[in-house]
Amino acid sequence: MEKMVIKDSGYKLEKAKILRTKQLTDKEKFFEIALGNGQPLDHEPGQFIMISLLGIGEVPISVASSPSGRDSFDVCVRAVGKVTNALHKLKAGDEIGIRGPYGKGFPTRELQGNDLLIIAGGLGLAPLRSLIHYVLDNRRDFGKVHILLGCKQPKELLFGDELEEWNQRADLYYACTVDRADPDWAGNVGLITTLIPGVDIEPARTFAAVVGPPVMYNFVIKELLSKGIPERQILLSFERNMKCGNGKCGRCQIQNLYCCQDGPVFHYEKIKNLSEAM
Amino acid sequence: MEDTHYVVLKKENFDQFISTLAQKQKLVAPVPKGFKSFAFEPVDSAGQVALKYIPTVLPLKKYFMPQRETLLEYRAGKVMKAEAVVEYEPLTIFGAHTCDLAGIQCLNMVFSERPKDYNYLTRKNKITLIGLECNEYCDAYASCNLVDASFPGGGYDLFFTDLGDDFVVHVNTRAGDEIVASTRSFDKTEPFQLDELRKLRDAKRKIFVNEVPIETKHIPELFDRSFRARAWKDLEARCLACGNCTNVCPTCYCFDIRDELDLTLKNGIRYRVWDSCQLEPFAKVAGGFNFRKERSVRQRHRYYRKFRYPMERFARYFCTGCGRCTRTCMADINLKETLNELLKESEDRVWKRWL
Repeated sequence: MEKMVIKDSGYKLEKAKILRTKQLTDKEKFFEIALGNGQPLDHEPGQFIMISLLGIGEVPISVASSPSGRDSFDVCVRAVGKVTNALHKLKAGDEIGIRGPYGKGFPTRELQGNDLLIIAGGLGLAPLRSLIHYVLDNRRDFGKVHILLGCKQPKELLFGDELEEWNQRADLYYACTVDRADPDWAGNVGLITTLIPGVDIEPARTFAAVVGPPVMYNFVIKELLSKGIPERQILLSFERNMKCGNGKCGRCQIQNLYCCQDGPVFHYEKIKNLSEAM
Repeated sequence: MEDTHYVVLKKENFDQFISTLAQKQKLVAPVPKGFKSFAFEPVDSAGQVALKYIPTVLPLKKYFMPQRETLLEYRAGKVMKAEAVVEYEPLTIFGAHTCDLAGIQCLNMVFSERPKDYNYLTRKNKITLIGLECNEYCDAYASCNLVDASFPGGGYDLFFTDLGDDFVVHVNTRAGDEIVASTRSFDKTEPFQLDELRKLRDAKRKIFVNEVPIETKHIPELFDRSFRARAWKDLEARCLACGNCTNVCPTCYCFDIRDELDLTLKNGIRYRVWDSCQLEPFAKVAGGFNFRKERSVRQRHRYYRKFRYPMERFARYFCTGCGRCTRTCMADINLKETLNELLKESEDRVWKRWL
C-alpha cells in the first residue's frame, strides 16, 4: 500500500480552540469555540458539526448559536459516551478538531415573514437555540414568535439566564413546563403537549420547529395538526449517530434519506410516511 | 459490434499474457481455495487463475474500499497535528464477472456523489479492471438476470469471453488499449470469432432468465407493496444478526470510523472499517434509543437498500444477483426465496381484494 496526503479529503480536520466553557447541568456542558483559522464557521441554524478528540473519536453535535454577528460558535454537549465524556474534561484554551458544518438546517428564508412556534424538549433546545438566536438577531424579519420548552425536571433546564431573558422580552411568547416539579418550582407541570393548546396562533401563517427526544415527536405533531398547522409548515430535526457526515456511512439512514445530508431538519410532510423516522 | 473494438487472445498465449501483466503491477485473479470457495488473490501465472468459478467469498470491493483503511494520521496532545491521507495501490484485476463489475459501478456512483469520497476515488483510478464472461450460471444462488447483470454492461477496461480455443476480448477504454498494445499477446479478430460470440450471447439469452417470476422493472412496485409484509417477520425468527450478508455483498459500503493510538499514546490514526446495518447497535443513538431494534426491521432495511431506495437515488438496483448473501448465510436466508415470499404475499393481497 502506498500512502499520500490529500487536501480535499472529507475527513480533514479544522483546528479549533475552546474559548469558554460552562457547566449547565449535571450532564450538559456549554462550549464556546473558535476555528483556528480565524474564520467564522459559516453555518445555518440547525446544522451540525463533527467534533474530534484525537485518539478518542468523533461525534456529531448540533451548533447552538446563531451564525450572525460573531466569529465563534457555541455547542451544548451531554456527556453520554466516550467522546462526550472526554470533551467535558476540556477547558478554555484546549484544542479540538472540527469538520463541517453538515446537513440542511432550518429553512430561514422560508420562515421569514411568518409566525414561529418553536418547541424544544430537553437537549432539543441546543439546536433550536441557533434558530432562536438567529430570529432574535433578525427580529423584525419574523412575525410572532412563540417558544415552548419542556424537560423532565427543573434542574435539567438549560441556559437558565437566557430563559429568564426570553421570558421578560415583550417580542416573544415564552412558556416552560417540567414533567416532575421540585419544591422550588412555581411554573407549569406536565408534558410539553399540554402547552400547545394554549398558544394563540394563526395556523396558516405559523411554522412550527420541533426538536426533542424521539418519543416527543408523535405527540407534539398530533397537537400541532389538531391546531391546524399545515404539514409542510412543521419542521423537525432528528438525532442519529452520524459517523461520516458525507452521506456514505449509512448510520443515519432513514429509509432512502441520509439524515446527515438530507436533514437533520426535515419538513414533516416529506418524512411523515417514513416508518423509521420517529 | 464494431470489429475494431474486439481482439482475440489465443489460449496458448494466455499464460504469457498473465505473466506479462503480473510483471507490470500487482495482478489479482480468482484462485480456488477448496471447498468450492474462491478468492481474488495475487497471481503471476495462468495456472493459478480459475477461469470457471462461482463468486469469490469477498467481492471486489475489498480492493476499492478495503476492510480497514486509514483516513487520518495525527499527533494528539496539547498541539494537535492531523493530516488526511489516502492509501492506494496500483492494481490489475483479472476475471471479474458481470455481477462484480455491476457492484463496482454501484460503489462508483455512491462515492462520486457529492460530497465526493476522494479516498475511494483516488484508489479507483489506480485499478485496471478486466472482466470475464459467465457462459452459464455459476450456481443456483445467482439471480443476476433479474437485476440486468448477466451480460456485460460496461465498467471494465477489457472484457474476456471464453470461446474454447481462444478468448474474444472487448476493448472498452484507452487503458484497455494500452494493455493490448503492451502485452503483445493479442491477435485481430476473424469474422467467425465475432459470429461465435454472437451465438454464445444468443444461447445465453435462453439460459439466463429472471430467476424470480417478476419483470425487472416491476421490482420497485413490489417493494412499495411489501413494507409491512409477513416475510420480514419470518426473517426475524431466523436471522442471527451476524452481518455476514452485508460483509460479502458487493454493494454494501456502510462503515464505522474509529481512532487508534500507538503505545506512546501520542501518535495515532483514524481509520474506517466495514460495518453492517444488520448488527444491533448500528442505528443506536446516544442515550440508547435504537431506530432499527428488531432483526426483521434490519433485514427489511437491507433488502430495501438493494431493491428500492437506490432506485430513487441512483436509478439502478444495488443487488447484482451474485448470490453471495445467500451462500454465506448461516441461517439459510435466501434472497430468491424472500423475493418469492414477497411476490406471493402481494398476489394473495390482490386476490383478497377481488374476492
